[in-house]
Amino acid sequence: MANAYTVLVVDDEPPIRRFLRASLTAAGHRAVTADDAAGALAMMAAEKPDVVILDLGLPDRSGFEVIAEIRKHSPVPIIVLSARSDERSKVEALDLGADDYIGKPFGMAELMARLRAALRHAFQAQGELPMFVSGELSVDLVRRHVTRDGREVKLSPKEFELLRHLVTHAGKVLTHRQLLREVWGPAQAEEVQYLRVFIRGLRQKLEPDPTRPTHILTELGVGYRLQLPPEQRAPMT
Amino acid sequence: MAEREARPSPEALLDAAKQEGRGRLKIFLGAAPGVGKTYEMLLSAQAKRREGIDIVVGIVETHGRQETEALLDGLVVIPRREVDYKGHRLTEMDLDGILKRRPQLVLVDELAHSNAPGSRHPKRYLDVEELIAAGIDVYTTLNIQHVESLNDVVARITRIRVRETVPDSILDQADDIEIVDIAPDDLIQRLQEGKVYVPHQAERAVRHYFQPGNLTALRELALRRAAQRVDDQLLSHMRAHAIAGPWAAGDRLLVCVSEHPATAGLVRSARRVADRLHAPWTAIYIETARTQRLDDMERDRVAAHLRLAERLGASTITIPGRNIADEVIAYAEANNITQIVVGKSDRSRWFEMLHGSVVHELVCKAGSISVHVISGEESEPVPPKSVATRERHEPFHPLPYIGSIAAVGLALGIAALIERFIGLQSISLVFLMAVLASAIVWGLWPSLLAGLLSVLAYNFFFIPPLYTFTIADPENVLSLFFFALVAVVVSNLTAASRSQVISARARAKTTAELYAFSRKVAGIGALDDLLWATAYQISSMLKLHTVLLLPDKEGGSLTIASGYPPEDVLDSGDMAAARWCWDHNHAAGRGADTLPGGKWLFLPLRTGSGPVGVIGIDRDEPGPLLTPDERRLLDALIDQAAVAIERVSLARGLAETRVLAETERLRAALLTSISHDLRTPLASIIGTVSSLRSYADKYEPRERDELLATLQDEAERLNRFVGNLLDMTRLEAGAIELKPDLADIAEIVGAALQRAGNVLAHHRIEVEIAPDLPMLRLDAILFEQVLFNLLDNAAKYAPPGSRIDLRARRDGDVVALEMTDEGPGIPPGDLERIFDKFYRVQAEDRRRAGTGLGLAICRGFIEAQGGQIEAHNRRDRSGAVLTVRIPVPEAVEIREPVAAHG
Repeated sequence: MANAYTVLVVDDEPPIRRFLRASLTAAGHRAVTADDAAGALAMMAAEKPDVVILDLGLPDRSGFEVIAEIRKHSPVPIIVLSARSDERSKVEALDLGADDYIGKPFGMAELMARLRAALRHAFQAQGELPMFVSGELSVDLVRRHVTRDGREVKLSPKEFELLRHLVTHAGKVLTHRQLLREVWGPAQAEEVQYLRVFIRGLRQKLEPDPTRPTHILTELGVGYRLQLPPEQRAPMT
Repeated sequence: MAEREARPSPEALLDAAKQEGRGRLKIFLGAAPGVGKTYEMLLSAQAKRREGIDIVVGIVETHGRQETEALLDGLVVIPRREVDYKGHRLTEMDLDGILKRRPQLVLVDELAHSNAPGSRHPKRYLDVEELIAAGIDVYTTLNIQHVESLNDVVARITRIRVRETVPDSILDQADDIEIVDIAPDDLIQRLQEGKVYVPHQAERAVRHYFQPGNLTALRELALRRAAQRVDDQLLSHMRAHAIAGPWAAGDRLLVCVSEHPATAGLVRSARRVADRLHAPWTAIYIETARTQRLDDMERDRVAAHLRLAERLGASTITIPGRNIADEVIAYAEANNITQIVVGKSDRSRWFEMLHGSVVHELVCKAGSISVHVISGEESEPVPPKSVATRERHEPFHPLPYIGSIAAVGLALGIAALIERFIGLQSISLVFLMAVLASAIVWGLWPSLLAGLLSVLAYNFFFIPPLYTFTIADPENVLSLFFFALVAVVVSNLTAASRSQVISARARAKTTAELYAFSRKVAGIGALDDLLWATAYQISSMLKLHTVLLLPDKEGGSLTIASGYPPEDVLDSGDMAAARWCWDHNHAAGRGADTLPGGKWLFLPLRTGSGPVGVIGIDRDEPGPLLTPDERRLLDALIDQAAVAIERVSLARGLAETRVLAETERLRAALLTSISHDLRTPLASIIGTVSSLRSYADKYEPRERDELLATLQDEAERLNRFVGNLLDMTRLEAGAIELKPDLADIAEIVGAALQRAGNVLAHHRIEVEIAPDLPMLRLDAILFEQVLFNLLDNAAKYAPPGSRIDLRARRDGDVVALEMTDEGPGIPPGDLERIFDKFYRVQAEDRRRAGTGLGLAICRGFIEAQGGQIEAHNRRDRSGAVLTVRIPVPEAVEIREPVAAHG
């Protein structure tokens, strides 16, 4: 990643602010911090960050309200810090407009990957990337052509739509509802089982080992995420 | 006499204690009707009302006298209860109404009154007892002629016998007795003025009743009885406060009870003697061979007399024996009896000659014991006892008589055969054998029949002239006559012997049964078994239906615990009787004093420490349930049963205490374990970090990286422990929120493998999920945690580099997911215990990391979703197999959502 971005870190815990600031700075970005909702909104206006890392548990107002406030004026990518087993909060945050979440405790590698994905999409909203290549998988969105290990994979129209959506938001989590709405329309936002069937089908066709998917990852209770190509992910320790 | 220490007598203290919580009873006692008892009672009541006491009128009979009625002014009257009896409208005191109202003091007139049928108690004094027990004070009125022990005396004086009596115990337990007295002349004047109410008596009788001499005698009786009560109170006071005084010397009285009706009066007399001497007294009945020959009414009378004695305060005992006088003397000497009371016999001289006179014998053999011979008079039969008993009837069997006839026939045959070898006289001996045999085998009457037939046969077939009933030779007449005599005597003696043997055998059988019962019951440890065995035994020994009721844990309501034949439900009337029996520790139900209308009879099961339950008995035939013998046997049985029930309850309490102690021990161990498992990774973390800080520049980059990697691993390990603890807490608190959705198991497996990437770094994972597995109804998050825990577990025990297999396939109506490792496996005895909380397979010193919660959480989560999890060992090699089974939901249609845009 070449660019240096301004990252707004909103968390009421000083240790978390500290290590995030240190890490972001070490990675070449500029970090600004706030410790409550009011401060966050003030920082939004003052610093106009490129991405926001937001803790849901703030002292003065709930993180959800902050998301809603921010979204009134700005499409800035927001990554939410959430508790481990709180799927409902994650889904709600995403529905309100957050782009991704990461569960506490988290490692920096994970966070950087999410940051990258979120920023990638923001900076490429204008034109879609024509090709998505990850490992043996290659997806040409313009020509609607998918290959695996060089061999063509036939996808039904729905499957392709689903895949296209995942590719467009590669690296970011997409909720069940978002996917259903995009592919089947707003009225079908609850038919999660159906989505699962399609995802299973996609995995069968695209994954080398469908039972241990490396492309289409499950975010249990939330949705699905298409992993970024390996070279675009942070190196794993 | 032994020196008495100045200590309060325990009985007196107990009595005093028993008084706590009970109401106080004040009896207004009068010598005759019309002396003004009701009037006095009302006067006292008005005085109490002015003091502010909460007082109500339970029932007061004014008989239209205006002065009395005036005194009712201002008093709250509880309305009477109406009872319909044989078309008549009767009114009775409303006992339940008074109990509900709970006054401090209630007025109840005419203590000796009999209640109309259908009332809870047959007698008003029982109602009063219940009121007292409930803590309500009672004022009541009573005439001296109603007192049981004085009933005879009064009848003798006034020539009118009053049937409604009140047991002496009521007077003894009364807290106050106030004599309402009026000079006889004044009373007679009142009678003439028509101010005296005397219920339906012939005028002549009334006039005789109210003679001055009679009234004086009655007055003296009343005063003396009251004085006696005062005396008793004084004695109790002295005893309770250990005041030494002129105690009555250690007299002990024994009264001999028989089936003769006069015994009732005898018992009452004995009571008076005992009272005068302040002596404890016993009523004794000797069971001899004659007892077997008593008819049912006589047997009942014996039991009734014994019960009367009990009611009047005696202890009773029945002893079997041959000779009444001998047994009585033996008992008397063994028990330090100083006085024996017997009734004067009214049998004829002849009878006395033949059977001897018990009285005479007693007097002769008594030695230093005084014998009082009390003249017996015709007295009324004793009123029904607390539980009516039934007659024993023995149906007529023809078989013994046929047998006797056959025996005689046989003897005849034999005699005919050996006629030529033995003399005429000796032939009679053959017949005598038949008579003897009859007596031994069949008893008195068949053997008498055999005797008669033998005489006839002997005469007819052997005494010349043959085949006639005439006798030629006068010598033969004599021998025939003596033969007959011998036959009769032999019959009687042998039959008597036989019946004694029978009764001894019966007694032995009863004893053996009691012993067997007690042994059986002593060995049973489980309460249900014990109850069943008890019910069964009692039912079969006494041929009854039995039901056992025990209170629930808090001692609240009674429920049926067991029965034979098995009985689940009692109707409300019977349940009420059972409840009453439990509350009041007294018999209730069929044949008893209280609630006699029911089908069942309920008796309390009592031990030394109090009541443990209630037993109900029933028989299909109507009428009273038990003969006196059976009643005694039943009492013995239920005492045994009560003790056994108490023992089992105590044992159970002990077991529960032990379990509690064990739980406490486990809890302590748990906390130690958790503390260790949380602190260990923290120790690594803090140690590593502080080391890095202190020696930052001393470390090579590679070492530093290693340390930092360790740091991250330990921190993640701690994170997992904390997660486990939280999951466990949620499971325990029942706070699992299931979000079951149709889920693809393969997907969840994938997610779990993803998360467990680090944990599985040193193992090879092989995944084999059958294609086309149906969707399962699962909470994805919980199930993923289960899989994660299973993987974590497998990784912990499988050696590095080994293989872990994960297989999922359909098996009928479940989907089975198997995780197999190549580790050491699980000890066979622990295959279930590994799912316990905080369990770890290996010994303490080689503990693997982990709080031991993982599998417990797996089980909790799986079972919450309707599945099962179990562990086995591999058969092909060492290693464990953990299998999760999830039921396949019914086929669900997944409809394609209608596309908005294609």
